[in-house]
Amino acid sequence: MSVSEFFAMGGYARYVWPSYALVLGAIVLNIVWARRALKRARLEALRRVAMKDAT
Amino acid sequence: MTVTRNETVDTATTFNASAATPALAAARLVLARDLRLAFRRPGEMLQPLVFFAIVTTLFPLAITPELSQLRVVAPGVVWVSALLSSLLALEFLYREDAHDGTLEQYALSGQSLTWLLFAKTASHWLLTGLPLAVMAPIAALALGVPVASVTGIVGSVAVGSIALSLIGAIGASLTLGVRRSGVLLSILTLPLAIPVLIFGASATSRAIAGEDYSAPLYLVGAIAVLGITLAPLAAAAAVRISLE
Amino acid sequence: MAWTWFHRLGSPPYIYSLAARLTPWFAWPAALLTVAGLYGGLVLAPPDYQQGDGYRIIYVHVPSAWMSLMVYTTMAVSAAVGLIWRIKVAHAVAASCAAIGASFTFAALATGSLWGAPMWGTYWEWDPRLVSELILLFLFLGYMGLRSAIDDVQRADRVSAVLAIVGVINVPIIHFSVEWWNSLHQTSSVFKRAGPAMPPSMLIPLLTMFLAFTLMFVALLLTRLRAEVLSRERSAAWVRDVVSA
Repeated sequence: MSVSEFFAMGGYARYVWPSYALVLGAIVLNIVWARRALKRARLEALRRVAMKDAT
Repeated sequence: MTVTRNETVDTATTFNASAATPALAAARLVLARDLRLAFRRPGEMLQPLVFFAIVTTLFPLAITPELSQLRVVAPGVVWVSALLSSLLALEFLYREDAHDGTLEQYALSGQSLTWLLFAKTASHWLLTGLPLAVMAPIAALALGVPVASVTGIVGSVAVGSIALSLIGAIGASLTLGVRRSGVLLSILTLPLAIPVLIFGASATSRAIAGEDYSAPLYLVGAIAVLGITLAPLAAAAAVRISLE
Repeated sequence: MAWTWFHRLGSPPYIYSLAARLTPWFAWPAALLTVAGLYGGLVLAPPDYQQGDGYRIIYVHVPSAWMSLMVYTTMAVSAAVGLIWRIKVAHAVAASCAAIGASFTFAALATGSLWGAPMWGTYWEWDPRLVSELILLFLFLGYMGLRSAIDDVQRADRVSAVLAIVGVINVPIIHFSVEWWNSLHQTSSVFKRAGPAMPPSMLIPLLTMFLAFTLMFVALLLTRLRAEVLSRERSAAWVRDVVSA
């Protein structure tokens, strides 16, 4: 199967590729969100520690 | 004449848990209280019903005045309007009692909160669901349905509204601790009410078409029975958590 | 001995360090299996005699739908555990599930819609499985809305736990909807008593994706759980040590 045939997906390309893009997007989004949440929580905790040390 | 909500003063002596006041008697007291309070404010009591009338009027104005076409959407229109009106009524039934501390009294009284909330749900149905079941055929007739279908409409809406009251009780108890929770209450209650809507509207539409509507009616009835056993339990748990 | 292990899981500092250690063990296999599954599904698997190459959406649609059900069940079960045994960490697990579940429920609905368009001739159908999956999305969103509307974390935990538990009845409805009603959606091809109805060349990439997504969920959950635990326990002494390190 050639590369162009692969991308054409037997004529269903405009359904198959957006579906894959959507799900991969959801996966990437979840990874980004989770890591960002963790980073934010750590920063917040650090700030509190600094605040307590300052007083 | 001052309208007071403070019924707990007179019922306090008989209300608190004792061998002389089993759960059923306490529940009956709560039901009587809710009904009495509602009838002291007839305007408030009628509001959800007026809302129902207005909303059902909007559809023919927005879609088409053709009775032949309205007949097709009549079941859906009646049910959606009934559902929304039922939601509105939940507000004044639970919010007031939460604000003035009555719910807290119920929780502290040592009586079964499950039974008391079941009584409140029953009062919600008697004040909203049952009147809606009576109004529904009138609205449906205005939307072009045949007269012979009236009993079917009353029956399906009456049973379905029981389930709606129970599901609404859960939603109302979950949002007790939330300020300005009207929209959130709807967001939580409506998805849970969708099965009732689907089967109830199916029963109503079959009744309108003159077909046998027993199958969806039994399903709605089954949801209602399931709700009667489980909804007050869930609501009581949610109320206790919200009052902590 | 078993009970001490269980009690350790309820301890926030232990869970935090355990989650940190376990995450790579789920994340990397998940990534590898996803790549393998995608390759298997897009390249190796043969085209379907009826749907041609269009059926390949199955390799992202079905795992997403599986995710949505698995995540909701996890959320409901951990919420119940937290409610019944009053374990804070269990509530943190439930809270960590919500956003993940909502996004994959949306993905399942959207990919299903894109699959339905060429195969059923319509982007949407008001049929039992689609409607109940849509209700699942509403339940996730309602759960998240309820949580954010209540300021006190403990109360938010417990009230939303009741909601999660009440909504769990939707999960078997979604799964069995294709059997109970005349649904446009096809019936189970994988979870059948007589064994799957697909040839191995098509089935293996699908099972690979199932496993990949499951591992991915655990990895995502563990990361979010760490963030949850940190923000809930931020005044605690162990947090200071962990964060200053």
